[in-house]
Amino acid sequence: MKPGSGSTPSQTVGPFFHLGLLREDWSRLVKLDHPSAIRIHGTVYDGAGEVVPDAMLELWQADANGHYAHPEDDREGSPPEDGSTGFGRCGADDAGHFEFVTVKPGSVPGPGGGESWQAPHINVSVFARGLLKRLVTRVYFSDEDEANTADPVLASIEDPDFRATLVARAEDGGYIFDVHLQGENQTAFFDV
Amino acid sequence: MREERISLSQSGGYRRDSESQPPYLYPEYESTRLRAPGRPLVILPHTLSELTGPVYGHEKVGTLDHDLTRQHVGEPLGERIIVTGRVLDGDGRPVRNSLIEAWQANAAGRYAHHGDRHPAPLDPNFTGAGRCLTDSEGRYRFVTVKPGAYPWGNHDNAWRPAHIHFSLFGPAFATRLVTQMYFPGDPLFEHDPIFQSVSDPKARQRLVSRFDLSATEPEWALGYSFDIVLRGCNATPVENHG
Repeated sequence: MKPGSGSTPSQTVGPFFHLGLLREDWSRLVKLDHPSAIRIHGTVYDGAGEVVPDAMLELWQADANGHYAHPEDDREGSPPEDGSTGFGRCGADDAGHFEFVTVKPGSVPGPGGGESWQAPHINVSVFARGLLKRLVTRVYFSDEDEANTADPVLASIEDPDFRATLVARAEDGGYIFDVHLQGENQTAFFDV
Repeated sequence: MREERISLSQSGGYRRDSESQPPYLYPEYESTRLRAPGRPLVILPHTLSELTGPVYGHEKVGTLDHDLTRQHVGEPLGERIIVTGRVLDGDGRPVRNSLIEAWQANAAGRYAHHGDRHPAPLDPNFTGAGRCLTDSEGRYRFVTVKPGAYPWGNHDNAWRPAHIHFSLFGPAFATRLVTQMYFPGDPLFEHDPIFQSVSDPKARQRLVSRFDLSATEPEWALGYSFDIVLRGCNATPVENHG
């Protein structure tokens, strides 16, 4: 096994990705009138604190029961909830703002698939001009204190302020999750 | 297909391939300076959240979505080309039934995008966006026109080599890839910081398509081959090495 043998390199999405990637609106993972619908929104900032209007975010998440609509999630008795595929995509607007409508995912198994569990979270990819490869982060939820404390991925980040950048703040009807690409308040990003 | 699936949760997930990838900060590419993260990345173990990923339905891809020359009343101007190849994982296995999205400038080097200020003509018969699913052998095929090079403001007299943007999902969140395909022998390669941001010359070469006479359709269109390799799996569990 040779690590990294032969993969195709990543290149930036550039500034004109809307053309190929945002022809459909994928920002609503569930219908607006879904009984558990929440709004997750925020703003993308660069290292100078300026908003990033040419960014795009993608979400990947489990359903409210913690099940992924994917063959790798073949746990018995756990059919994914009908409706959402768990995938979302939204381009930032001129103010660097994005907004998704979804449901809060359930807890999912932790590393190794054994007894450990992860707090409810959403995997996020960030694409933009100036990003030669995607950035990966996670949305956790501020009203899941207990689960967040026990979460193995959050626990792997020692600096509490850095860890806190992954936790979306609850507000009426949803959560706020800002993304700081660089600088003092930089969001924690993952090597996936 | 299902029986060939490896139980990834029991393995070490997908291999990291940082040697093939560009850095976040590449100062010659101006826009990376304020957008590249400064703090080290946090290593994310591959849990079910990374080993799963969006599955795109066949029903959503139209039969002509792969043909960028047939989206309008008339035909676009430019050199008609076929771009075809296979999507493979790092172990040489085909990535099947997987969505590819593509977008590009027109033959004059202009994107049909309100943000593109390059004073080259728009083509009313060309939008420059397509998509398709790979087949059971990982094969895909687009019909389009060869995009033009275009200037950009990165540095004095900066020009992007002609390229087509590709977006791929592969089987999992961990395999997501957005890249660009270039054309062989482009004299702009050595002047382009986005292309040069990949430091390994062999990896860089994997971004360049190959002129392929066998993909050419006589009297109609030239052909280029472009294989895309996504990450491979760790075949064995990562524990028990101590």
